Amino acid sequence: MLREVFISGTNCITPIGFDVAANIDNIVNGISGIEKHENNLMQNPYYAAVIRDSEVNTAFAKIASEDNYTKLEKLMILALYPIVSQAKSDFGVKTAFLLSTTKGNITALQDSNIENAQLTTLAKTVAGFFGFKAESIVVSNACVSGILAVSIAKRLIQANVYDEAFIVSGDLVSEFVLSGFNSFQAMSDLPCKPYSKNRTGVSLGEATAAVLMTSDKKNAKVKILGDGSINDANHISGPSRTGEGLFRSIESALKEANVKPNQVDYISAHGTATPFNDEMEAIAFNRLEMGNVPVNSLKGYYGHTLGASGLLETVIGIESVLRNRLFVSLGFDEIGVSQPINVISKNEDKEINYFLKTASGFGGCNTAVLFEKVK
Amino acid sequence: MEKKTYIKTYCIIENDKIVLDGKTVFENEASGFADFSKKAYQYFGVGYPKFFKMDNLSKLAFLGADVLLNGKIDPEKENDIALLFANKSASLDTDVKYQESISDKENYFPSPAVFVYTLPNICLGEISIRHQLKSENSFFIFDAFNPGFMADYANILIHTKKAGQVLCGWVEFFDEDYKAFLYLVSDEGQNEHNKQNLELLYNS
Repeated sequence: MLREVFISGTNCITPIGFDVAANIDNIVNGISGIEKHENNLMQNPYYAAVIRDSEVNTAFAKIASEDNYTKLEKLMILALYPIVSQAKSDFGVKTAFLLSTTKGNITALQDSNIENAQLTTLAKTVAGFFGFKAESIVVSNACVSGILAVSIAKRLIQANVYDEAFIVSGDLVSEFVLSGFNSFQAMSDLPCKPYSKNRTGVSLGEATAAVLMTSDKKNAKVKILGDGSINDANHISGPSRTGEGLFRSIESALKEANVKPNQVDYISAHGTATPFNDEMEAIAFNRLEMGNVPVNSLKGYYGHTLGASGLLETVIGIESVLRNRLFVSLGFDEIGVSQPINVISKNEDKEINYFLKTASGFGGCNTAVLFEKVK
Repeated sequence: MEKKTYIKTYCIIENDKIVLDGKTVFENEASGFADFSKKAYQYFGVGYPKFFKMDNLSKLAFLGADVLLNGKIDPEKENDIALLFANKSASLDTDVKYQESISDKENYFPSPAVFVYTLPNICLGEISIRHQLKSENSFFIFDAFNPGFMADYANILIHTKKAGQVLCGWVEFFDEDYKAFLYLVSDEGQNEHNKQNLELLYNS
């Protein structure tokens, strides 16, 4: 008999709030973190959701006297801080620490500092702040990293390798990723518009999110019922036209949970607003006959926060579950995918018991995790 | 009682040499990874032109998977083989090259063909496409090969029926310094799959 696994603590640091409550207040009011920027990171003006350095430093000064951390390290520590403080764990070898990111401290390469650009250096810095003892587990699996870390932690706890896991996910908007997405001609010239007819691509964003996962039902917000992380085996820089990997990932999660597609109350999807991604998701959801399930993409509020997105969107999705409230898929106007999907167009009440989070990314990767409200 | 798992087959690539199940199957004079990987590609008759578009990390992982799986799986059938890979330097070998392409504003040439390889899990995509593995995949970063974690997670995938077999790999590449250790975990075989045996093989 495998153990049950729960999420009992959540937090996020984003351009629209430094805790979950502030983020939800802004989402309810339709406020996005995406703004126009003109600076030396790009030759032309661009839209992105960026956290102001001054706000980061002010918040960080309240919890630490030292300041020799990078922006990403501060944001990761700030995301974990309240959860770790509440947990009162002794952080033995049965406490896991997972960190997910795509590019970590990649800006260290501007100074040719290879050591600081290593992801294990970042993990050691954050783990060292809190005194985690077990070796850090770094997950770097493109844009599914954040939600994949939840799936991995759930499996490790289920199998008794650990009793609890702190997860932090984060990525920054840097010249490195801006120029890369721009070279793919994947950047939107306006704030991104997931699933809309006139969508033209992504807006990038930066954020960190953190959760505590545990086998202990006390203080549990949601239970993790099933998960899958299956590759398209089709293309390294574009999604499968048939949504094969996403279809199979969701199927795997539902099968494990013994939940039928029509029982799912809400999907927090990936919705990057590139033409191919959104179309692929619509196809995968329809293959599972989930075209009627209310779905949103939170990219309209946060932009695409890469390795953070899956965990950040899970943290917000959990609030939908706890509040029985669906949030608008910001930026959506006219349906722009070939298969019918039920994009949430106004904030509304709905009893949510089963919540599905999905993500897809470069390399053909996909992840789906199914959550259930804890009664 | 959970079923025992076994290391069915393994492959090590380092120092211009490929070793399969303890036997050297290919060796090249020390002339750098570009030449080594090309000669190995030719020697094994890989016949997959996309190989030459890959970055070093993907070439290393791809070659290891090809040598290991060749003749052991039927690509016409569904093969439920998960991919569980890890390394130390993520995609830094290519990250450094991409950074060079954007650091000089007078000589600014960011390329999507390079940028896509600035993610370590791309090599999993390459292997999945090659062998048509629509299966579980994940990429981890550790300071060094972590046999305890790898053994635990591979067993979890098999015991929870998320995968029939698991192709595991440590694929490290940075600045001409490389080592690949790939092995197939299965519920059949002779060599028991555990931390101690993985450590022995990794250092063999």
